[in-house]
Amino acid sequence: MKVGLFVPCYVDQFYPQAGIATLELLEKLGVEVEFPERQTCCGQPMANSGFSHLTGDCDELFTESFAGYDYVVAPSGSCVLHLKEHLHSKKNPSAAEDLRGRIYELVEFLTDILQIKSLKARFPHKVGVHQSCHGLRGLHLSQMSELVAPGFSKPEYLLNFVEGIELISLNRKDECCGFGGTFCVAEEAVSSKMGKDRVSDHVQNGAEYITGADLSCLMHMEGILKRQKSGVKVLHIAEILNAGE
Amino acid sequence: MVKEETQHKGLTEHSGLADIFNRDEQRVNWHDETLWFVRSKRDKAAHSLPEWELLRETASQIKHNVLSDLDTYLQQFEEQALINGVTVHWAADAREHNQIVHSILKKHEINRMVKSKSMLTEECHLNEYLKEHGVEVIDTDLGERIVQLAEEPPSHIVLPCIHKKKEEIGELFHTHLGTAAGESDPQVLTEAARQHLRESFLTRRLALTGVNFAVAETGEFVVCTNEGNADMGSHLADVHIASMGIEKIIPRRKDLGFFLRLLARSATGQPITTYSSHFRKPRAGQEMHIILVDNGRTVQLGREDFRNSLKCIRCGACMNTCPVYRRSGGHSYHNAIAGPIGSILAPNLDMKAYADLPFASTLCGSCSNVCPVKIDIHDQLYKWRQVLVKEGHVSPVKAMGMKAMAFTFAMPRFFAFAGKAGRVVMKYLPFVVSNKLNPWYKEREMPKPPKESFREWYKRERR
Amino acid sequence: MSSREKILAAVRANKPDLQPLPDVIIPVREEGLIEEYRRVAEGIGAKVYEVGGIAEVKELLAASFEPSQRIVSPLEDFADMAEGIEAGIDPHSFADVELAIVRAEIGVSENSALWVPEGNVSQRVIPFICQHLAILINRERIVPTLQQAYSLIGEINYGYGVFIAGPSKTADIEQSLVLGAHGPRSLRVFIVG
Repeated sequence: MKVGLFVPCYVDQFYPQAGIATLELLEKLGVEVEFPERQTCCGQPMANSGFSHLTGDCDELFTESFAGYDYVVAPSGSCVLHLKEHLHSKKNPSAAEDLRGRIYELVEFLTDILQIKSLKARFPHKVGVHQSCHGLRGLHLSQMSELVAPGFSKPEYLLNFVEGIELISLNRKDECCGFGGTFCVAEEAVSSKMGKDRVSDHVQNGAEYITGADLSCLMHMEGILKRQKSGVKVLHIAEILNAGE
Repeated sequence: MVKEETQHKGLTEHSGLADIFNRDEQRVNWHDETLWFVRSKRDKAAHSLPEWELLRETASQIKHNVLSDLDTYLQQFEEQALINGVTVHWAADAREHNQIVHSILKKHEINRMVKSKSMLTEECHLNEYLKEHGVEVIDTDLGERIVQLAEEPPSHIVLPCIHKKKEEIGELFHTHLGTAAGESDPQVLTEAARQHLRESFLTRRLALTGVNFAVAETGEFVVCTNEGNADMGSHLADVHIASMGIEKIIPRRKDLGFFLRLLARSATGQPITTYSSHFRKPRAGQEMHIILVDNGRTVQLGREDFRNSLKCIRCGACMNTCPVYRRSGGHSYHNAIAGPIGSILAPNLDMKAYADLPFASTLCGSCSNVCPVKIDIHDQLYKWRQVLVKEGHVSPVKAMGMKAMAFTFAMPRFFAFAGKAGRVVMKYLPFVVSNKLNPWYKEREMPKPPKESFREWYKRERR
Repeated sequence: MSSREKILAAVRANKPDLQPLPDVIIPVREEGLIEEYRRVAEGIGAKVYEVGGIAEVKELLAASFEPSQRIVSPLEDFADMAEGIEAGIDPHSFADVELAIVRAEIGVSENSALWVPEGNVSQRVIPFICQHLAILINRERIVPTLQQAYSLIGEINYGYGVFIAGPSKTADIEQSLVLGAHGPRSLRVFIVG
C-alpha cells in the first residue's frame, strides 16, 4: 500500500510537527508514505468564499500529484471533505473522480482502512477533543449530536489506545469553534466569541490539551488561548497518537 | 442607539450588526444560553422517538412530491376550498397580497383587526402597509405584541422577542399597558397581556391568521399555536383571512401525522403545540378567505440548487442550533426570516440586498441536521456564495485577493519558495494577513512561524 | 393574465420532475398508552384523572368550581351542573364562561393531544374562551401516535376540528413558561372507563 501524504498549505507552514507526526505514525504502522512535493492547497479557501471557479489550477495540481497513489491521507478533515466533494479535473476527469474516493482524513484512514486495534503511545494528560464540523458532519468521524442514531467517535476510539490519557467531557460536545475560513475575519465579532466559548468549555472542564483532527480549528483556539495567556495547549491528534514515553 | 448606528454605511450588513450585538458580552451569553436551552429541549424530544430520522426522511419526501406537483395540488386545494365555502385569492407578490387584505377590510368597512403569527405577513410588510391605509393591526401572539409595542421586527420566527429581557418587556408594558413600574415577573406581564388582548379579541371583527399546513385533498388548513390566539381571533371575528405561501400545501390529511409530529418537537421540544386547529369551512354566518401568495416562491422553485428551501415548515430549529445566530441575534440578518434558513431564502428575493447573508455562517452543518424536512441548508449556503460571486455581489478587493491566492497555489515552486517562514500563507490566507489591523488580532494571536516548513523538513530528512 | 394563471404557469415551468409520495410504515408501540398519556399530559401542565364514570367527573369538578360560576357543556350528562351551548348565537356571549366541559373523540398518548371536532363543542370558541377546560375521553379511544389518530379521523367531513394538548401557554418572555396565555388557564383530562 502506497500512501500519498497531503499536508495542507497552512499545516505545511505553521504546524510542520503535525505533518511529521502523521508521517511517522503511518510509517510505524507499516505504511509506505510519500510526500509529493508539487502539492500546494486543496482549493477550499477560495471555494468557501464563493470563488470555486478559481480552484481549477489547484485541482489539476492535486490530481497530478496524487493520481498514482493507492490512498491520499491528510491531517485535516476540512481539506479532505472539500476534495472528496469538489475535486475535478478537466485534463484528467476520471483520475480526479477516482481520486475523490481514495482521499482520507488521518483518523478515518486509521480506523476504516488500516482498522487498527491497538497503538503504542503514551500521553498522561487531560485532553479535550474538539469535533471539527467538517470532520464531524461531513466525514462522520463521530456521531452528530443532532441525530437520533447510535453514538460513536473515531477520534476517541483511537485516543483510548493511548496510555495514561484522560479524555474530559464537554458541556457542548460538538459546537463549532467559529473559525470558518474567511469567516474568522469577515465576521470577527461572532467568530472570536464562538472561539472563546469553545475554549472556555474545554478549560472549565479541566483540559490541559485540546486536540482534534483539524488544525484550522485548533489554530483558532490556540490564538484565543495565547491571547488569554492560558497554559492550555493545542495538539493535532497525530501528535498524541505518535507520542512516546 | 442601535437603530441610528445601523443607518451608517457598512452597518447594514450582518457582520456590522453582529459586531454591535457583541459589544455587550454578557447579553450575548444570555442570548446564546437561552437558545441553546431550546436546542437542548429539541434534542430531548427528538431522542424520545426512535423513529425520528424516518419521520424526517418521510416528511422531506412528501415535500419533494409537493414541489414536483405543486400546480395540481394548488388547483385541488382551491377546488376543495371553494366547495367548503371559502373564498380563494391568488397574490403574485407582497403588494398584491396586501391589497387583497385591504380590499376585504374596505368591503366590510373595518379599520381595526387582530392578527395571529404569520411570517408571511412579516415578509410582505403587511402591518406597515395597513397602517399607511389607516388600519390598526394588533398582533396577538404575546411575543409579536411585545415587538410590535417596541416598534421592532421579530428576531426569531417562533420566539419573536427572544432578544428582549423581561425587564425591558416590563418597561414596555408599564408604558403601554399600565403595569406597575419595575414589574418584570413573566407571570404578571403575561396576565396583563391576556387582559389587554382579550379586549381586542372581543371587539375586532376581522382576524388574520397564518397557515402552517394546507391540505390539497380536503381544502382545510391547519394553524398551530400554544397561546390559542389564532382561535380566539378567528372564532370571534365576522371575517377570517388566512394568508399562506403556496409551498404550504401538503397532499393528504393523513400527511399531517408526519408534520405535526415533527413541527413542535423541532421548534421548542414540545410534543405538539397546545392547539393544532383544522379550519375547513367558515362557521355559520362567517366569511373565510384564503390568500395564496407566490412572492418569489416560483422563482426559487426554478433554482434547482435552492428549491429544497421551499420545504421549510418554519420551525426555527436551524436558528436555535446555529452558533452564529445565537451570538449575533435575529436582527443582524436584516430580513423577516433570520438565521440559516433566512440566509438561503433572502437572496432569492434580492441578491444585492442580502448578498452578505450566505457568508454569515461557518458552514458547520448543524442546521441541516436539525431540519425536520432535511433541507441541505449549509450546502445551499455554499452554493449561494458561488452564485453571488459570479453575479458580482462581492467586493472587488476580495475578488483580487482570491485571484492572487489562486495564482500562488497554482505555482508549486513559487509557493515553496515564498512559503519559507510562512510568508505565502500570511500573505494570502485572509485570516493570517500579517497586519495588526487584521481583525484576527483583535482577540487572537497568530501561531508562531516555525523554523522550517514541513516540506523543508521533508527535503532535509527524507530525500 | 390573472395572478392565478401567472402563478400556476410559473409553477409548471419551474417544478422538478415528478417524485412519488413515500410509502412507509412507522413502527408503533401499543403498550402503556394510558401511563404515557398521563406522563406527557402532566408534563405540559394538564391534570389527568382516571375515572369510572360521569358521576366521578362531576364530583371532582364540583370540588373546584362554585355553582355561581358560569359553567357550560354541550353534554346532556352535565345538564344538572352546566348550561347547554346553543349553536348559532353570538360567540361573544361566552366571554364570561368559567368552565367548559366537552368530550374528545380521540386521545394521543405520544403528545397527550385530544381531538375535538366542531360537533363536540357546538361553538368553536368554547374550548378557547373559557377560563378552565375539562375534556372527557374514553379510555379505549387513546391511540399511540398522531398517525393512528388521523387513521381514525379518516375522511370525516368536519367544518373545524382541533387537537388540544394542555392548557393555553406561552414562553415568549425569556422562555419562562406561563400557563393561561389567551385560552384556558387549566386543562383537566378525564379518562373514562
